[in-house]
Amino acid sequence: MSGIGVRLLPAGERALLVEVAAPEADRADGDGDGDGTSEIGAVLALDAAFRACAAAGAGPWATVRDVVPAARTVLLHVTDGGRLDILAADVRRLAAELEPSPGALAAGSLGHPVVEIAVRYDGPDLDDVARLTGLDAHEVVAAHTGTPWRVAFGGFAPGFAYLVGGDPRLAVPRRAAPRPSVPPGSVGLAGGYSGVYPRASPGGWQLIGTTDAALWDVRRDPPALLRPGAVVRFTATGPERVRP
Amino acid sequence: MTPALEVVRTGPLTLVQDTGRPGYAAVGVGRSGAADRGAHRLGARLVGQREDLAALEVLLGGLVVRARGRLTMALTGAPAPAALDDRPVAHHALLDVPDGALLTLGTPPTGCRTYVTVRGGIAVEPVLGSRSTDTLSGVGPPRVAAGDILPVGPAPSTFPRVDAAAHPSPTPGPVRLQVLPGPRTDWVGGLAALSAPTWVVGPDSDRIGLRLSDPHGAAVTRVDPWRDAELPSEGMVRGAVQLPPDGGPVLFLADHPVTGGYPVVAVLTEDASDRAAQLRPGEAVRLVVAPLPR
Repeated sequence: MSGIGVRLLPAGERALLVEVAAPEADRADGDGDGDGTSEIGAVLALDAAFRACAAAGAGPWATVRDVVPAARTVLLHVTDGGRLDILAADVRRLAAELEPSPGALAAGSLGHPVVEIAVRYDGPDLDDVARLTGLDAHEVVAAHTGTPWRVAFGGFAPGFAYLVGGDPRLAVPRRAAPRPSVPPGSVGLAGGYSGVYPRASPGGWQLIGTTDAALWDVRRDPPALLRPGAVVRFTATGPERVRP
Repeated sequence: MTPALEVVRTGPLTLVQDTGRPGYAAVGVGRSGAADRGAHRLGARLVGQREDLAALEVLLGGLVVRARGRLTMALTGAPAPAALDDRPVAHHALLDVPDGALLTLGTPPTGCRTYVTVRGGIAVEPVLGSRSTDTLSGVGPPRVAAGDILPVGPAPSTFPRVDAAAHPSPTPGPVRLQVLPGPRTDWVGGLAALSAPTWVVGPDSDRIGLRLSDPHGAAVTRVDPWRDAELPSEGMVRGAVQLPPDGGPVLFLADHPVTGGYPVVAVLTEDASDRAAQLRPGEAVRLVVAPLPR
């Protein structure tokens, strides 16, 4: 295949929504969770290219202020006076030259940082995840730590990252009833994604562990530990909570 | 003495706002910034300074501040009746505020957000490059409270060029907000579905968004083949008209979430986004189709 097919969608006077035009066969990406993980490689490639252009600041990219990847789209925000028509033409040209980056990349490829996150696997839903996956708790931990994950996109809260590319056996549904408050540092699973709650918030993910890593710190530059494209390796630490 | 504003009392909500914090949407923090950017900008122009300096955004009046040092100020946005000590003062005009004078804002008869701009800007500590308080992500300075001493920055090298600015008066009848097509306009078969009803602003409206409903029960419905389609989360913009399942549109304002999972069926023009930020619960709104940009 050559190039990434995109649809450019209107988003008002100062933004352009770039949607990955996946072939219909790929739209439901086979795993039935509707998360479109097959499109994330294309989104990540577009996101990286757009960020590089915005950093270089040539032509219409000088007016781009925010690049927002999501499950199958990348939103470009421009400042007042940004020319969306010229930007759109540039986006089409760039997309035609790009190749989707594989969903789970080897650690360190593309120059993206590798972030290690130490986790105490003592989450309240570890047993449920074991039951849902047919694994035992040890195997859940081994699966979560055994394959590198990759940050696809953020959005839910400052510093929260949707991680993809992990062990496919860990695709579990959300909890039937969300918790009104999930403690900060909780490590969760839902719909093929993994993620870490940066701060206390309501949440419906299955919680398998806890980390002390600071996901978000406004005094740090950059403030988010996990940014789109980054590779994440979870490691087990402390006494693992194992069923008798 | 370092010039400052001493906060004696606040109304329902007073925030420090500038032009916002672009660049962090991918890690979950939206731009935020003044909800009515036009009013914020006009304040900066009146006092002769850069538009990105911070001002106070006062929701429904009620603010009382005392000047520390002689200050140049301007009031823009919602026309809250204002007094300097016991003397009424005008909006959209330069105010020469002596040291120790008390500025009092009453409740505006129309609109909801008044901007109090001080020459030099409100110089509280910036967070991630901005002094805007983002009420959704919690990033930015804390909300303004009685007892706060808000430092005022050094006067800029530029000088005010006008003493007062003309401004349009609100017109009676429903407020008309212009909309452009959004990424998912086809999910409702076009903009006409939005422009037919006269909407009413709901009580649960804030800097994140306005909830619209139709008192006669009209709702915008999706058309085939999108009737039951699932939308993976995608990036959101200020001014997005999002359509939740109940069919009452939500208009996203300054502190909107960076991503969302309901279809954006239209987007307000930039001017209409500012106008929407002055709407109060109960006000009638029409969404009218904007002429396409040339």
